[in-house]
Amino acid sequence: MILFWVLAPVMVLAALGMVAARKAVHSALLLAVVMISLAMMYAGLEAPFLFAVQIIVYTGAILMLFLFVLMLVGVDASDSVVETIRGQRVLAAGLGVLFGATVVLGVAQTSVGVVQGLAAAAPEGNVVGVAQLIFGRYVLAFEITSALLITAALGAMVLAHRERLTPKDTQRDLAEQRMRSWSEHGTALTPAPTPGVYARHNAVDTPALLPDGTPAMSTVSRSLQARGTVRSATGREVARTTWQLTGDEGVAGRHATGAPTGEYDVPPTSQSVATSGDGGDA
Amino acid sequence: MLETSAADGVLALGWLLVAVPLASAVVLLVGGRRTDPIGHILGTLAPLVSFVIGVVMFVALLGREEAERGAGQRLFTWIDVGGFSVDMGVRFDQLSALFVLLITGVGSLIHIYSIGYMAHDPNRRRFFAFLNLFVAAMLTLVLADDYLVLFLGWEGVGLASYLLIGFWQERWSAAVAAKKAFVVNRVGDLGMALGVMLMFATFGTSSFAGVAAGMPATSDLVATVLGLLLLLAAAGKSAQVPLQSWLLDAMEGPTPVSALIHAATMVTAGVYLVVRSGYVYAQSEIASTAVVIVGLVTLLVGATIGCAKDDIKKVLAGSTMSQIGYMMLAAGLGPAGYAFAIFHLLTHGFFKANMFLGAGSVMHAMDDDVDMRHYGALSRAMPVTFATFAMGYLAIIGFPGFSGFWSKDRIIEAAFADNIVVGLGALLGAGITAFYMTRLMLMTFFSQRRWEDGVKPHESPLSMTGPLVVLAALSVVGGVLILGGWIVDWLEPLTGPEPEHAFGFPAWLMTVAVTVVVIAGVGVAWALFGARPVERVPRARVSPVTRAARRDLYGDALNETVFMRPGQRLTRSLVQVDDRGIDGSVTGLAALVSGTSGQARRTQTGYVRSYALAMLAGALLVVLSLLAVTLT
Amino acid sequence: MNDATALLTLSALLFTIGAVGVLVRRNAIVVFMCVELMLNATNLAFVTFARVNGNLDGQIAAFFVMVVAAAEVVVGLSIIVAIFRTRRSASVDDASLLKY
Repeated sequence: MILFWVLAPVMVLAALGMVAARKAVHSALLLAVVMISLAMMYAGLEAPFLFAVQIIVYTGAILMLFLFVLMLVGVDASDSVVETIRGQRVLAAGLGVLFGATVVLGVAQTSVGVVQGLAAAAPEGNVVGVAQLIFGRYVLAFEITSALLITAALGAMVLAHRERLTPKDTQRDLAEQRMRSWSEHGTALTPAPTPGVYARHNAVDTPALLPDGTPAMSTVSRSLQARGTVRSATGREVARTTWQLTGDEGVAGRHATGAPTGEYDVPPTSQSVATSGDGGDA
Repeated sequence: MLETSAADGVLALGWLLVAVPLASAVVLLVGGRRTDPIGHILGTLAPLVSFVIGVVMFVALLGREEAERGAGQRLFTWIDVGGFSVDMGVRFDQLSALFVLLITGVGSLIHIYSIGYMAHDPNRRRFFAFLNLFVAAMLTLVLADDYLVLFLGWEGVGLASYLLIGFWQERWSAAVAAKKAFVVNRVGDLGMALGVMLMFATFGTSSFAGVAAGMPATSDLVATVLGLLLLLAAAGKSAQVPLQSWLLDAMEGPTPVSALIHAATMVTAGVYLVVRSGYVYAQSEIASTAVVIVGLVTLLVGATIGCAKDDIKKVLAGSTMSQIGYMMLAAGLGPAGYAFAIFHLLTHGFFKANMFLGAGSVMHAMDDDVDMRHYGALSRAMPVTFATFAMGYLAIIGFPGFSGFWSKDRIIEAAFADNIVVGLGALLGAGITAFYMTRLMLMTFFSQRRWEDGVKPHESPLSMTGPLVVLAALSVVGGVLILGGWIVDWLEPLTGPEPEHAFGFPAWLMTVAVTVVVIAGVGVAWALFGARPVERVPRARVSPVTRAARRDLYGDALNETVFMRPGQRLTRSLVQVDDRGIDGSVTGLAALVSGTSGQARRTQTGYVRSYALAMLAGALLVVLSLLAVTLT
Repeated sequence: MNDATALLTLSALLFTIGAVGVLVRRNAIVVFMCVELMLNATNLAFVTFARVNGNLDGQIAAFFVMVVAAAEVVVGLSIIVAIFRTRRSASVDDASLLKY
């Protein structure tokens, strides 16, 4: 009884919270609370097998599936508060209260008699008793559930499957596409440089350096740019790197003089790879 | 009254009379254009063959004993349903024989005439086919021995007349005239159909013999109703008041058709029906009096219309109405007049065919102009036509010695013997006849020439003048049939013995009186149209009688006001009722259903949560009802 | 813990809360969670009755409900994913094309 009075308010509150929560993730977590509480209640109600199943199937599998789908659909997707169907909320509340009151009153009015307990029904223990029933009297229904599960699995696969409407692009198609976009829009034929190329660090937040030493901002993730956590490489560091690599200061110096010298921070993002490249060659 | 003896020998050929022209019509109609070259020849030969057969049969009939002259022949059973059986039979008796000779004889002449008259018509073959159909139908009518078979011919005549009046169907007026003739005839046919039904209901048969045998035992009411129904039928076919209006418009057809309708076939059918059904009228005083009244009124109406028309064919049409009126009047007099009705019918068939064909010849010469005010002084240009027409003229006005004189005189005599008023009406009719026929003669053949310069009147070809000469001769000598009272004796077995006249004055006085009235009519006409020039354009300011007569005595106006306009109003209001009431309720119901469902489907919002709400409400109801059941 | 009425009342309350949640929430996943809550509430009633009647059949019924619920969740969630993929929305109100 203590277990009940401890768990019952938790369950009701968690259930109410689940309905009221704005974020779906919170709803899922509150549902987990309800389910685990329920499992414990099963344990107290002489149903250890169901306790295990509740934990494994519901909390472990189903709820994880919910969370997984929530991740796919979008964690932050939260309901808008405005009700779109006129009168739905009022009617739902009214009907819900009416329904709950009716059922609760109905249950209260009914005498359920003396609780007999399950000791007589399962003398060899609950799990054995349940197993005897499942593989005895209910074996047909149990076997049919396997068909149901297979069907559900197949259905999920069919529903999740995306039919390919066009043939997959071959290497040749991709090459032609690249050539076409180069000739029409002037995009680079070669793969775009990765961050850190010719830079002093090869971390993702360090832009690659163009031949004239200017950083190519297109190599850095846009979200890093938005956060403003992009590192910069200075012209001097470039010259030193060049010297270290080739031992030819002249070349590096000529390059360095052609490029704007001195320390500068992140250049304007509008500066494109193509224009800086042209400036370097001149 | 209607004894029938076996038809053996040549008398068994009666069916051929109908079959030959019918076969010719079928060949010409089915054969189509391939038969164009032989159309007129075959079409003319067919009635000629019928005529020859008719003559042979007539001679055979003459050779028989009087009691055996009703030659009947059963061909096959036409209808046999339960207790109702109709035999297709041929009855060739004294009355039928005369009609057969008239129809095929005059009909053949008209066919011959048509060869020339329709020579330039592209559809001549079709014309002859229709003419043959007409003759075949009319022969079916007069050879029938059963009212239902007669009705078959009756309808055939109506169909053929429709086809022929509307022969120039490209002309709007001809199409309308044909339709009018058909519709007015339907009214009469209704009477015929009802009459036949009444016969079935009363006697269980429609054969002449059966009806005649059952007649004496029936009530007066049935006899009267039957007589009036048959009179309605006769009035429709014979253009008697009140169903006269189609005849004047029927002039839209080619002239030979007019001749055929007026002289030999269609309009005589009514007289034939009345005479043939003499046993019905003998039973009912009311019906026979009605026949007399219809005849008298028509005779005066037709004559009056004839006085005012300037269209030569319409004058003759009015004249036909008038003369048929004479026949109906005579037929209404019962046994005293039947023979004279038939006699006048025969002589009228001769001279009216003669004059219609003559009028056609004149029109032919005048480039199809029918207005007599554009004629004048044609006697020199068309001597043959003039001479033959004059014979017809003298016959119709009753010039002593000519056929019309004999026949019309006897009718007027019989009328006087019956009733002085009827007699005076008939006498007056004779005077008016003399007036308008003299007017026609004067305006057409005498007085001064009034035709246009471009018109060159000429005599018609031999194929047209030949029949005219034959018919003129018949018009002159047609009276021989009465010689020694032959026709009266001949028909006596059918019509019953002629009662003794109880004249208050000698018969010659009667003749003198008629002649004097006729001369008076001629004199008035001479004074008005012979002694002074005829205007080329009719005067507008004329007496109300003339104005009424020019408009057919308002017959069409009457029909329109009494039948057509109320009918149209009725149908229009029925359409309204149909549109607004019946259609309205149906479409209204449909609109109600569709409107309600249109509103109801708004509950299908597509929102799952709305449906879930409804489900919860349902679950609540289930729980409540469960509780209600368990807790009580 | 022999107070079966209290357990049944709890079950009824959880069921009602789940039903109202189905009616009120628009996120399809949350709606699904509410459905699961309702199923769990009935399971509680089953187990309670099993104990009251001294009969394991109620537990078996709860077990089968769990199995069916697992299958249902698999299919239902893949439907939600499929809809989301085409409509970029997990709101049950957006999928309202099947209407008048």
